[in-house]
Amino acid sequence: MLNIRRIPIPALVGLVLTAMFLFAAIFAPLIAPYGNGQIVGDVWEPASSSYLLGTDNLGRDLLSRMIYGARVTIFVAVLATALSFSLGSILGFTAAVLGGWFDTLMSRFVDLLMAIPTLIFGLVVLSVLPTTLVTLIMVMGLLDSTRVYRLSRAVAVDINVMDFVEAAKLRGEGTVWIIFREILPNALSPLISELGLRFIYAVLFLSALSFLGLGVQPPDADWGGMVKENKDGIVFGIPAALIPAAAIAALAISVNLVADWILNRTTSLKGGRG
Amino acid sequence: MAEAAKKQDPLLDIRKLRIEATVFPPGEAPKNIVLVHDVSLSLKRGKVLGLIGESGAGKSTIGLSAMGYGRGGVRITGGEVMLNGRDIMKAGKRGIRKLRGKEVCYVAQSAAAAFNPAHKLMDQVIEASLEHGTGTRAQAEKRAVELFRKLSLPDPENIGERYPHQVSGGQLQRVMTAMALCSEPDLIVFDEPTTALDVTTQIDVLAAIKDAIRDTGVAALYITHDLAVVAQVSDEIMVLRHGRLVEWGGTQQIIKEPRQEYTNALVSVHEITHDEQQPGEAPFLSVKNVTAAYGRGGPKVLKDVSVDIFPGQTLAVVGESGSGKSTLARAITGLLPPEQGTVDFDGRPLANRLANRPKEDLRQLQMIYQMADVAMNPRQTVGTIIGRPLEFYFNMRGAERDRRIAELLDKIEMGKGFSDRYPAELSGGQKQRVCIARSLAAKPKLIICDEVTSALDPLVANGILKLLLGLQKEEGVAYLFITHDLATVKSIADSIAVMYRGEVVRYGPKSKVLAPPFDDYTDLLLSSVPEMEIGWLEKAIKGRRMESAGN
Amino acid sequence: MSSPILKLIAQRIALGILLLLAVSVLIFAGTQILPGDVAQSILGQSATPESLANLRAELGLNDPAYVRYFNWLGGILTGDLGTALSSGQDIATSISGRLWNTLFLAFWAAAVSIPLAIGLGLLAVRYRNGWVDKLISGLALASTSFPEFFIGYLLVYFFAVKWQIFPGISTVYDGMPFMDRMQAIALPAAVLTLVVLAHMMRMTRAAILNVMQSAYIETAELKGLSAIDVIRRHAFPNAIAPIINVVMLNLAFLIVGVVVVEVIFVYPGMGQYLVDHVSKRDVPVVQAVGLIFAAVYITLNIVADIGAIVANPRLRHPK
Repeated sequence: MLNIRRIPIPALVGLVLTAMFLFAAIFAPLIAPYGNGQIVGDVWEPASSSYLLGTDNLGRDLLSRMIYGARVTIFVAVLATALSFSLGSILGFTAAVLGGWFDTLMSRFVDLLMAIPTLIFGLVVLSVLPTTLVTLIMVMGLLDSTRVYRLSRAVAVDINVMDFVEAAKLRGEGTVWIIFREILPNALSPLISELGLRFIYAVLFLSALSFLGLGVQPPDADWGGMVKENKDGIVFGIPAALIPAAAIAALAISVNLVADWILNRTTSLKGGRG
Repeated sequence: MAEAAKKQDPLLDIRKLRIEATVFPPGEAPKNIVLVHDVSLSLKRGKVLGLIGESGAGKSTIGLSAMGYGRGGVRITGGEVMLNGRDIMKAGKRGIRKLRGKEVCYVAQSAAAAFNPAHKLMDQVIEASLEHGTGTRAQAEKRAVELFRKLSLPDPENIGERYPHQVSGGQLQRVMTAMALCSEPDLIVFDEPTTALDVTTQIDVLAAIKDAIRDTGVAALYITHDLAVVAQVSDEIMVLRHGRLVEWGGTQQIIKEPRQEYTNALVSVHEITHDEQQPGEAPFLSVKNVTAAYGRGGPKVLKDVSVDIFPGQTLAVVGESGSGKSTLARAITGLLPPEQGTVDFDGRPLANRLANRPKEDLRQLQMIYQMADVAMNPRQTVGTIIGRPLEFYFNMRGAERDRRIAELLDKIEMGKGFSDRYPAELSGGQKQRVCIARSLAAKPKLIICDEVTSALDPLVANGILKLLLGLQKEEGVAYLFITHDLATVKSIADSIAVMYRGEVVRYGPKSKVLAPPFDDYTDLLLSSVPEMEIGWLEKAIKGRRMESAGN
Repeated sequence: MSSPILKLIAQRIALGILLLLAVSVLIFAGTQILPGDVAQSILGQSATPESLANLRAELGLNDPAYVRYFNWLGGILTGDLGTALSSGQDIATSISGRLWNTLFLAFWAAAVSIPLAIGLGLLAVRYRNGWVDKLISGLALASTSFPEFFIGYLLVYFFAVKWQIFPGISTVYDGMPFMDRMQAIALPAAVLTLVVLAHMMRMTRAAILNVMQSAYIETAELKGLSAIDVIRRHAFPNAIAPIINVVMLNLAFLIVGVVVVEVIFVYPGMGQYLVDHVSKRDVPVVQAVGLIFAAVYITLNIVADIGAIVANPRLRHPK
């Protein structure tokens, strides 16, 4: 079983930080010292014992905002990743195993979607859609599923030509057995590490949209939105905007470290137990 | 040192060579393993020493140590490598660089990969000469052209202007030999130079290499796993196993009077006794006038092929790469539906497409693959792999299934304990045995064996062949045995089909196919199989009627 | 240059044009998800049904979607990008200066980052597993994890506010002296460079290492060539194609990065223009600018493919 002492230090750091962020997101109302929209002091007060990270552009407690922001950020990113992953991997596997017109049609359509930079196409679509959380999750999930589709299809195509899959086909096994019993167990490790990367990408994408004012709308705020709220302070030497920005970076790095570790761990096994 | 004295000294003298490498097993601390255990050898000027052994014997590692080179983190940790009277391990990086390409040159197994695709052949052939200043560009090119001619390459004046991908594999291997000879080294390391080639091409390259060695007086280390090949070119042979010396002696002595048991096993590896069975009255499977192609309108890979398989007998299909022998298997199994012709089974035609065949037909035809590693799902245990056909075809579950799995494991001479193992935990031979058990589990009438022994070391392959023959007697199963290796065919077949460019050129009972008079292609094929006999090469080249494809 | 290679290049370009057409359909379709509300969004909620109907007719909103698409496409092909709804200005006129500003910024970011990335990538290969190499993989991890605005505001906080070396807001105007302009874009260009640099280094490193594992590199080493000669003569010619690919892929990152960076530094370029008009729901502007970004992106990809075709000896010297 998993031995904590065997986990390399970077991965351990990543695991602890990720767990911390998740904890903050889940128990936000319990641990935040003040309410999310509660104005508690002056604008941009420096850090003090009552406001550990200072206050923001409207005089709200920055730490409390950060904790609630974790909630929004992680919630939206998790749902978008779940959508992109389930959609992309199911379609990708099916395309690889079925082949034929379904594969051609799906793959050409994905090529087309990927010919436009994701952020640009996201902006184009958001210019006409109402900016709600549901729209955000749908747009982010759908656009990102193209990448998951490509990876799952490529992985499945590689496995599909292996002799053991041919042997199963010669035995007379059906498509469902081939996808779930022959291909899926061998595709899991690249997909799991991709899951981490897609989550990071969702966090960054959401943050960029909110930073541009097109993501989560006030009074709610994710970390990207908080950077936008506080960015005017920077020119006066007030680093409030840097704190949510650093949090995004920290979350992304921790998940990256964990994903790297999982990838290394599973690929070095080369099948067999694990 | 006086010239006369220098002639007496060995050119290469390796003393107590120890080579180690660090391996990184997953989830464990890195550890050191010893690849070569204190091996010593010496080689006189102009002589050829053959290094022979199975994979993992350390023969390539020893060969490269003569150039002070360790592949992929391999380290020389002990002993001396004396070349031209000095220890190259003490020469330093710069010193070693000076002797590589000048005193010692290297010929790799796959010339196609060993040539840089971005440069013309001539530039690569003369690069070492220019680097070490052994002549002007014009001199080096002149010498290269002479060598091309000596190695009987076509159009020797201009072949150097070509790029590697414009030249065939057999020719490229000869260009690589020319490249090694061009800087007039004292020693060449040949690392399995003919292993990747078809048999009929191998013989030409082998003859060219042998002539070149004789005419230039260069010394050589010739590394191979094929004793019959090395017997043609070497003065002495050294047998290695697991990084240790087994036996070292003159070529005649090693192949005729081996002193060690292991050497004896290598020499007599093809001696399997199998009495040819006469074809029965009715074949149970008939391939009738099958023509097939990949893709619509693609070139025909099978042209009007007809063969019969009789119950409990073995039909061997022999041919070189591109002959269509594996495609025949795909047509029979329904993976590649034929354009014309049918496959009859028990007197009725089988559906062309795999998808249209009933389960019962699928059960009767089973398949074993060349690469056992990829023929088994790495995430399933041996028990699951063998047990699945039992569940699938016979609806066997629980204890009944486990009992049958144990029975099958017993048949392939592996214990019950293997049931919980994963394929990654098995050796190459064991993997192939599990694949055999999986196909037997279906109780088929026919097992198609596609190059099942080609990826295995000779002794392991021999074990697999014996197992297959034994199982045939017990179970009465028939084999369609696809191979490029005529020696294997001779040991196990009842009837033989020789394929060449998609057609069956010769077909019949083994004794008839292997008896004269031969057609030209069969003659070429038969005469190209190296025999363990000194002087075979010269005889074979003289007696040939047909040019091989590599020329 | 032989004819098969020209044929391949022509094929690739034709495919690119086809793709661009398909992309224009997609962008147009993307803005039609919620139909017919453009007039409403211009006139606001209080508009009378008559004025709405008039404006719809004026904008051609009563035509079926495909007619509007072809009108739009026809306009673009003749250089008419339409009129901005929010300001009533001609889009082509508003864009020209901004496009130039964006290209200027992206050009300098590319001019710094590409040679730097390739040089450092080579260095990482030369000292594989040494500290240079470790630093690069660390930087790459950071670069894939840091949002552009984090790097951006960090630089602003230190270079503009604390030390006051460069301006934190990049104001540029017509007729601005070159050096002033360079001073103004120093920080945004630095952010863009940092965003793509580590990625590009890591991919260059991987591309060269991949080549270095080929059998012909061993052949070259066994000829007694020095490490530098092995890389220069044998690895580099084969690494050109993958490196071109790496560079182009990362220039595409630059396109996305430029949108955010322009907003951070209030730089009058295409990205800021796009973001402004997305908030204003000014569909014609969004369509036009989106298409221009996509066109640049596709062009970069075509250039990468052509580079790979030209650098491939098998295609340059057919059998």
